[in-house]
Amino acid sequence: MRNPLSDKVVGIQPSGIRKFFDIVSEMKDAISLGVGEPDFDTPWSIREEGIYSLEKGRTYYTSNAGLSELRTEICNYLNRRYGLNYNPDGETLVTVGGSEAIDLAFRAMLNPGDEVIIPQPSYVSYLPCAVLADATPVMINLKEENEFRLTPEELLAAITPKTKILVFPFPNNPTGAIMPKEELEKIAQICIDKDIFVVSDEIYSELTYGGERHCSIASIPGMTDRTIVINGFSKSHAMTGWRLGYACGPAPIIKQMLKIHQFAIMCAPTNSQYAAVEALRHCDENIEHMRDEYDQRRRFMLTRLRGMGLKCFEPFGAFYIFPNIAEFGMTSDEFAMRFLKEYKVAVVPGTAFGECGEGFLRMSYASSLSNLKTAMERLEEFINTLR
Amino acid sequence: MRETILAILEKNSKIDVADLAAMLGESEAAVANEIAEMEKEHIICGYHTLINWDKTGEEKVSALIEVKVTPQRGNGFDMIAERIYNYSEVHAVYLMSGGFDLTVMIEGKTLKEVAFFVANKLATLDSVISTSTHFVLKKYKDHGTILNVTQNDERMLVTP
Repeated sequence: MRNPLSDKVVGIQPSGIRKFFDIVSEMKDAISLGVGEPDFDTPWSIREEGIYSLEKGRTYYTSNAGLSELRTEICNYLNRRYGLNYNPDGETLVTVGGSEAIDLAFRAMLNPGDEVIIPQPSYVSYLPCAVLADATPVMINLKEENEFRLTPEELLAAITPKTKILVFPFPNNPTGAIMPKEELEKIAQICIDKDIFVVSDEIYSELTYGGERHCSIASIPGMTDRTIVINGFSKSHAMTGWRLGYACGPAPIIKQMLKIHQFAIMCAPTNSQYAAVEALRHCDENIEHMRDEYDQRRRFMLTRLRGMGLKCFEPFGAFYIFPNIAEFGMTSDEFAMRFLKEYKVAVVPGTAFGECGEGFLRMSYASSLSNLKTAMERLEEFINTLR
Repeated sequence: MRETILAILEKNSKIDVADLAAMLGESEAAVANEIAEMEKEHIICGYHTLINWDKTGEEKVSALIEVKVTPQRGNGFDMIAERIYNYSEVHAVYLMSGGFDLTVMIEGKTLKEVAFFVANKLATLDSVISTSTHFVLKKYKDHGTILNVTQNDERMLVTP
């Protein structure tokens, strides 16, 4: 029999998180700070709208781009929260989670040999999606001393004549880094000068702390025409399982993304789309409430980690904290594995998000305070045996 | 800081001051001081425990009583409310808008005990015009907490 597989796909490394998942699953009573999704249930009014939509028999396809009223609400929301202006028709596409939108954007925009700049540590799917789109990923290793922000110098050093897309993953998973407006402007200017497009993954846009609201790179003058904004409901409205995201951008790009979506997916789940209309119309307060709780836990984690003498920059976004454990002379993987096996707490090694995550751990504080507290007590015990 | 402390304490009065301080990014002393101040000012009036008595062997009956009263010149409803809330059987008294004046929450050991309290003590007060007693059959949710559910974290343990 011939080899049934695609060399390209076989060549892609499986996610480093998978290995951890298998081990954690074996352990009955482990506390997990390894979860990349909210611990809140979807607000009830949204769930109820989902139930109503089923009761009313709304069990059919929607238009490929998504329900018209949902696209309208998405545009209203982006305008209300981030001052972005998009047309619900032609510039907005409802997708199956933000991750589909990443894949679509790459496939719609990249030709073989084009380079995609991916700042790391970052979400696990940019690199494989770039490879699947026949592009060449070019990594930028973000640095702790810059609080894992992207600097103009780092970007300039990575740009070549083949560079077509910059992936812009802020607020960042796994580091919790955000990009303040002044620094965005510098990055934007480089993209304009060098004629580069930006795929801006803003899935954590509602989760920023310390008084600084998220600023979308698409809102910087001159950037709307060269940015695809990717967002969704998973983190802002605790709707991960509903699988609903969206992309907004220039009509010619969205048109080609829609073409792939139309043939590969047809449309995002109808039930989820009706629920999401409610999410955007009436749930801004739920967002604030969840953010306030995350913020309290974020400060708790930062105080505890620093209190036990760990080096840890203050993250102002998402729900992750990224302490430095290089001082113990173990790899992130070894540290995380021992912490799991000996102290029954799961964290994710920074290396799961790129090689430059070596020496760091991702801890999610989307977990109850009592879990966080126990986990921190165990971490302190563990590092005391190491020192 | 006060509102945040109160919002957290309202849900968990057992929280350690150290944890609370960490969550707020304040010093322990500052938080402890703020709480003490609020206790003194009677903003914090007590620390209670939410109990699902249905799960214990203890028999308890609670009732909500709608009371119509005649307000008194100069005192409004305050005097009559005071006469009612001083009874230890009375757990809560609220002045209401709408079809009646006071909501009185009563707890007793038996239906009879509560009914007699209403008939003998409450209804006989001079200003009380009428009472209407509603017994609680089942508590689903109290103080923002759904009783009788155990929260299970069903998320996958590690996800990107």
